[in-house]
Amino acid sequence: MKLKFLIPLAMFAILVGFLAVGLNRDPREVPSPLVNKDAPAFNIAQLAVADKNFSPADLKGQVWMLNVWASWCVACRVEHPLLVEFGKSHAVPLIGLDYKDQRADAMKFLDTHGNPYDLSAYDKDGRVGIDYGVYGVPETFIIDKHGVIRHKQIGPITPEVLAGTIMPLINELKKAS
Amino acid sequence: MKRLLVLLFAALACALASAKEAAPLADDPVVEQRLIEISQDMRCLVCQNESLAGSRAELAQDLRRELRELIRAGKTDAEIKEFMVSRYGDFVLYNPPVKPTTWLLWAGPFVLMIGGIIALVVYLRRRGKVVEGGDAALSDEDRHRVQALLQESEQ
Repeated sequence: MKLKFLIPLAMFAILVGFLAVGLNRDPREVPSPLVNKDAPAFNIAQLAVADKNFSPADLKGQVWMLNVWASWCVACRVEHPLLVEFGKSHAVPLIGLDYKDQRADAMKFLDTHGNPYDLSAYDKDGRVGIDYGVYGVPETFIIDKHGVIRHKQIGPITPEVLAGTIMPLINELKKAS
Repeated sequence: MKRLLVLLFAALACALASAKEAAPLADDPVVEQRLIEISQDMRCLVCQNESLAGSRAELAQDLRRELRELIRAGKTDAEIKEFMVSRYGDFVLYNPPVKPTTWLLWAGPFVLMIGGIIALVVYLRRRGKVVEGGDAALSDEDRHRVQALLQESEQ
């Protein structure tokens, strides 16, 4: 009989549990359907050398990282020093995708903050971004030797993400054939 | 002077006439109509509580541009939906498809409602039994006492 009084309490606890989980999740992080799918192909001009193109096919057989950035993107400035450090390590080719930007602004950004990229592709009208399901710059993709997207990071890379998720994945993918 | 006034009015009329002629929203109203129908059921990824049709976010504008091109290319609604879902997942659809991962989403409210009805029926039946059996639960001694008390209050 006494247990009956515990039923509302138990229901309340369940509700609190749901709310606690729900409130701690970031609604901006939408799971991407592109993970474990082939990286969409593109062939667009490079940022620094306008008459040279870049295509993901150029890096087939290598593990590489695609970082979507823009000079107008404030959050990109947050992760930029970390990318510069990462670029120095030469762990994998780091390709930038300059998303919906002006060439001059982008070049100035790299001059001021440092250029961690092996090269940047210039996505002026955001078409490549749409193919990659980009909705919040910065975003980072890790692509394996077969050209398959293995990880998508939405928002700035933090030191924790880099050390805890990205580096272990890169090392694992590099070992895989 | 009169002529000047006429001229002035004529000029004003011209200005008004040209002011009414606003730039058309789209080159092709049929494409635009379909675009609105399709994008109303899609979520803008940047401002998640707005539809793709209504959002002024830059990404939404770009996506509308892409969808416009797909419509012009004669793609079906299903193909256009697939274009969006393959890039952003089922999350872009305000009307998610029925499949194993969304069964709970679709059936959940009905399961809860049926559970509630069952609980209510069980409770009411049990209470009904208690009320019915209430009379029989009185012993003879109790009944005498009740009668005694009633008579007492009548007097």
